[in-house]
Amino acid sequence: MDKDAFLKSFADQFDDTDPASITLDTKFKELEEWSSMVALMIIAMADENYNKKITGADLRESGTIGQLYERISSR
Amino acid sequence: MALLYNKNVSVTGISACVPREVVRNQDNGVFAENDIKSFISNVGIEEYRASGPGICASDLCVAAAEKLIEDMGINKEDIGIVVFVSQSPDYYFLPNTACIIQHRLHLSKETLAFDVPLGCSGYVYGLNMIASYLSSGQIKKGLLLVGDTGSKTTNAKDKSSALLFGDAGAATMLEYDPNASGIHFHLATDGSGYKAIIVPEGGFRNRFSHESLIEKTDAEGLTRCGINVHLDGFDVFSFGITEAPKTVKKLTEHLGITNDHIDFAVFHQANKMMNEKIRKKLALPEDKVPYSLKKFGNTSSASIPLTIVTALREQLHKKSSSVILCGFGVGLSWGTAYTTLGNLFLSELVEL
Repeated sequence: MDKDAFLKSFADQFDDTDPASITLDTKFKELEEWSSMVALMIIAMADENYNKKITGADLRESGTIGQLYERISSR
Repeated sequence: MALLYNKNVSVTGISACVPREVVRNQDNGVFAENDIKSFISNVGIEEYRASGPGICASDLCVAAAEKLIEDMGINKEDIGIVVFVSQSPDYYFLPNTACIIQHRLHLSKETLAFDVPLGCSGYVYGLNMIASYLSSGQIKKGLLLVGDTGSKTTNAKDKSSALLFGDAGAATMLEYDPNASGIHFHLATDGSGYKAIIVPEGGFRNRFSHESLIEKTDAEGLTRCGINVHLDGFDVFSFGITEAPKTVKKLTEHLGITNDHIDFAVFHQANKMMNEKIRKKLALPEDKVPYSLKKFGNTSSASIPLTIVTALREQLHKKSSSVILCGFGVGLSWGTAYTTLGNLFLSELVEL
């Protein structure tokens, strides 16, 4: 599971947020566009691209995109 | 591995009933307009039916059953078993609602009647249960009643569930038939996810107290009290897109069939994003996968028969069809059925 590819796929789920402004250190839940619908799209993306399951706890307990990546990539 | 086959049984009739009262999500006055728009377009629910204080799930099921029995010209004496699959019983926790229904439908006192408290997977489980009783031919006809009044368990301020659940009930007639091709099943459970959809208080683990009525707002801004449904939408979504395609594949591979052998695949109506993801994973074309979500919301165990009655009535009247029926959700519990619906009687939708 490639870190940069994951970051790009993560950023692709947003419509109005500039992808260049999204980094592994971004606190994703603080993004203005963050919503439960974006969260569902990210869960779907991880399943489709990486066959990885993202749970509610993963989203709640990860602050940054990098932290979310670490949680799921080790599975 | 719970791969099961019930021979000598067929589904011969289905009816469904919804309350008259329509709740339109666009008229919701609690949440921000953009959130509601996004919910309607992504989750796919424009409106749902709400039963209000006067109508229980059993009332919807009884109305559906009366219509079906009358339309099919069934002799009530022939019905040997009635199962009520619901998480909205008339009484907490006794007596079983199915017993009351046996009386209300004037079924014989020789009828077996019991409740099965399952939700979204309940239709498939219920079919298996009744089919198991009928397979040997000792009981000729069985009535499966499924339904919930999910709109009553949500908190109006809880964005994760307030716009989601609609109320409905359905009745399905199963009959012993030595010439039938029978019904195939795959059934499964993962109780480690029991908290994903839960009403935490009011049972015997956390008994009802005055605190059960106090609203609390969590870190995500979801407001609800102990007797409201608590839905972890992310866990449920993740579960649905993983397990629903797997159970369908498990059953079709076991039977050695492909999508060409499937005329329609009717899924529990959970959420359009989730259901579309499941459909695409299974490479099923759109015209084989009907929906009732838009007009009726997530109707728990009633969602599969309600979808059949409202979206497939004409097609199933025309010709015998092979169908996949797949339910998944609270428990976590899930299952798939495969059967041929020939000479299926479908009543018009009943409104109460």
